[in-house]
Amino acid sequence: MDFLLKGISQGLIWALLALGVYLSFRILDFADMSCEGSFALGGAITAKLLTVGLNPVLGLLISFCAGCLAGVVTGILHTKLKVPAILAGILTMTALFSINLHIMGAANLQLNSIKTLYSSLTGLFKLNKTNLSLILGGVVCLFIMLLLYWFFGTELGAGIRATGINEKMCRAQGIDTDLTKIIGLALSNGMIALSGAFLCQYQGYSNITMGVGAIVIGLASIIIGEAIFSRVKNFFLTLTGIVVGAILYRVVVAFVLYLNMPTEDVKLMTAVVVVVALCISHFGTGFKKKNKQEKELAKKKGKGDVQHV
Amino acid sequence: MYSMSEQAGVSMLSLKHVTKAFYPGTVNEKIALNDLNLELKAGDFVTIIGGNGAGKSTMLNATAGVWHIDSGSISVDGVDITKLPEHKRAAYIGRVFQDPMTGTAANMQIEENLAIAARRGKHRTLRWSITAKEREEFRELLKVLELGLEDRMTAKVGLLSGGQRQALTLLMATLKKPKLLLLDEHTAALDPKTAAKVLEISQKLIDENHLTAMMVTHNMKDAIAYGNRLIMMHEGRVIFDVSGEEKKNLTVDALIKKFSQTSGEEFANDRALLN
Repeated sequence: MDFLLKGISQGLIWALLALGVYLSFRILDFADMSCEGSFALGGAITAKLLTVGLNPVLGLLISFCAGCLAGVVTGILHTKLKVPAILAGILTMTALFSINLHIMGAANLQLNSIKTLYSSLTGLFKLNKTNLSLILGGVVCLFIMLLLYWFFGTELGAGIRATGINEKMCRAQGIDTDLTKIIGLALSNGMIALSGAFLCQYQGYSNITMGVGAIVIGLASIIIGEAIFSRVKNFFLTLTGIVVGAILYRVVVAFVLYLNMPTEDVKLMTAVVVVVALCISHFGTGFKKKNKQEKELAKKKGKGDVQHV
Repeated sequence: MYSMSEQAGVSMLSLKHVTKAFYPGTVNEKIALNDLNLELKAGDFVTIIGGNGAGKSTMLNATAGVWHIDSGSISVDGVDITKLPEHKRAAYIGRVFQDPMTGTAANMQIEENLAIAARRGKHRTLRWSITAKEREEFRELLKVLELGLEDRMTAKVGLLSGGQRQALTLLMATLKKPKLLLLDEHTAALDPKTAAKVLEISQKLIDENHLTAMMVTHNMKDAIAYGNRLIMMHEGRVIFDVSGEEKKNLTVDALIKKFSQTSGEEFANDRALLN
């Protein structure tokens, strides 16, 4: 059972990354590669700030702001300098690699015996680390989901959503699409950096390579979440699906490690899980559609003639 | 703000010596607008005809600010908008496009689309994007369209037909009464019956809101039947401009004849002739 709880608690941390990736990839329809850099940036800044004795919560907030800044850079490269989306993200990601190394001063920064959010709270509430991270992760995720739900219901949030759907219409309706893109990318990368900051405090170290594969993990979580919550219309439930997707992803990884499978097989297993999720959503909807069509046909036959709408 | 249009006869739109070339300096150089001059009075409803590449859509896009012009000036109701970006000009201008997919956000609800249009020319804040009062107003406005959309306000716009989407786009373009309404072949992608309905709605909204409007069309009959003024464009300029009684007495044959006279070319356009 322990591996399951550990998987869930880690999943709640990675869920913030998944929500950030969802914001850029799905809502803004912007394939933002800078997220790998911002994830590591969050970890690097938190690790550095904690080693110089800063408050762990302040470390999280500053990481979030730094992530936002990275998003702004990608946004400006794309909107003002007209760099294609993928390239703009890759440029920011590449630049962040050097910046992260400078921040940490090494490829790896250990937080041995340094107070993190987790170590101080386990002492305060007399909980073990897994239980604490479950509660903390749950509260943080719920809070961010509520914030996102509110934000995308506002005038500005609706403008950002519309930008991802139809830019031409947005400009005709007076929306500054450059600005909405930059704000969206800032929030996305801010959340991703926050995810990296939490992970750094959870695992007690930061590594220059911790962002590698972050996009794939984020997208996998989104795909798994959408497969399970495929018929959901409510935005809050969509967000819930992504969090559940991130948790499932981590549980699978934890399970693979629990079975003592060689660690090199972890990536293969996660790929299998994503494929399975895609199959469920593909065949699942296909089957249900067929059922629905048959029912409708039966209804029309019952009425005697086919009505044209 | 002081509004010049309140003085009768003062221009609502003024294009002065507007020139725009695409791909300048290459073999593909195309002078789309060539020292174009046009004045619209408040309340004018101008229909625009002309062959392919005559500069009709280019003129509308130049006015809307899709890109900047090479030289000349554009002002709306006395305000020089030549250097304003597209989203800022939206405060003055409402637009409906040829492609029904362009004017609305397919993945958003009908009421969400209307709420976005209701904030045209305003700052987008962190207030809730739609109020209960607005919802009621939208319901009343949708009723006027007689398409049953008032009962489907939370349906995604992507579920609507092309005609319904154009009608909705028209409503969105006129929701915040614009100083200028630009209709760029907005019925060309619709079947004849739907096109007639959308034109009828356009006329209704223009009349009710006393709008100044420009409508590009390939349908000569519509160009004659609608509006108080008709202009014909050729090679980036206005070559024929009639209004009032003279416009009312126009016939399709006379228009085609006029075109070949003034431009020295046959109006060899199947779309124009077959309509």
